[in-house]
Amino acid sequence: MSAPNVVKSMRTPLGRVRSLGSSHSGTTDFWRQRITAVAMVLLMVPVIVVVMMMLGSNHAGAAQMLGSPLVAIILLLFIVASTWHMKIGMQVVIEDYVHHESLKLAAIMANNFFSFAVALASIYAILKLAGGV
Amino acid sequence: MVEFALPKNSKITGGKVWPRPAGATEAREFKIYRWNPDDGKNPSIDTYYVDTHDCGPMVLDGLIWIKNHIDPTLTFRRSCREGVCGSCAMNIDGQNTLACTKSMHDVKDGAVKVNPLPHQPVVKDLVPDLTNFYAQYASIEPWLKTTTPTPQREWRQSHEDREKLDGLYECILCACCSTSCPSYWWNSQRYLGPAALLQATRWVNDSRDESTGERLDNLEDPFRLYRCHTIMNCAKACPKGLNPAEAIAELKLKMVERQV
Repeated sequence: MSAPNVVKSMRTPLGRVRSLGSSHSGTTDFWRQRITAVAMVLLMVPVIVVVMMMLGSNHAGAAQMLGSPLVAIILLLFIVASTWHMKIGMQVVIEDYVHHESLKLAAIMANNFFSFAVALASIYAILKLAGGV
Repeated sequence: MVEFALPKNSKITGGKVWPRPAGATEAREFKIYRWNPDDGKNPSIDTYYVDTHDCGPMVLDGLIWIKNHIDPTLTFRRSCREGVCGSCAMNIDGQNTLACTKSMHDVKDGAVKVNPLPHQPVVKDLVPDLTNFYAQYASIEPWLKTTTPTPQREWRQSHEDREKLDGLYECILCACCSTSCPSYWWNSQRYLGPAALLQATRWVNDSRDESTGERLDNLEDPFRLYRCHTIMNCAKACPKGLNPAEAIAELKLKMVERQV
């Protein structure tokens, strides 16, 4: 195996390891990932019940069910927890596997855009139906 | 991106089959990774036969027997031959372990396959370049850091606090764990790896140390610490039976504890 390029660098090994220093971050995302995971476990059953009750019903039926604040709030909570979890999870995958700096930045940006768009579209749809429009 | 294939000059090609030892009634087959930086060739897998009646039971005994009786150019690190120094860490039968404490009879079927520790630059044959690994250990500053003036006698510690170092202080820095970790393979320049993080936990847990917060500050980073996803390869590989994944989980818990 050939030695990687970094070994040919004239910087000392400790200098390379210290690099730009610690970012003093990561714990918030780590903790949020756990919170959203637990939230999803708790919300899973109510969401499945709601979805099963809606099976076969038309637009008016769905709007009627979502008119109940409890149902709408359960679904909204689920969307927030799951899209947040999805965003953090995807970021972890990108950080693990994408090493090209600019590609990584672009991927993390795209991940943020996508997650926020999915969350907002879902929230808008639920609110619209809940409002009976 | 992650490299899933070996670079062209690292692909294994061919290998020499050395003759069976004359007069051996029982011979064990060894397939050993060979690479010489000076001949410009790709690595190869050489096949050797070890006379098990003339040789100790461990894989390291087999390697030494080969070096003494068949091929003196076979290169590997070894020192204490009893699982204390960590020099002879290598990949045996697909598992990172110490050649001196791994019995060749525990390798069930066929040849004893011996490779250098995975995903490290190779110096020669079974000798990996652990420069980065040692620098990462140095970066966690593995010594007692205090502001209080040094007492006339020892720094005192209760029995309970001393017990918090059990399962951590025994690490011999053989690198079996770090080089078994995919997160370390993909991000070894930024992720400190299980060995350095277990050592970091050893100092974070030490009741005599006065720099716990600074130590945690230094580790709190998406890459240095949070590349660990607790897949436990480290605990499976550790030839001393330690659990680096648990030590890292302790660090993460402390990070949350001081924030929430």
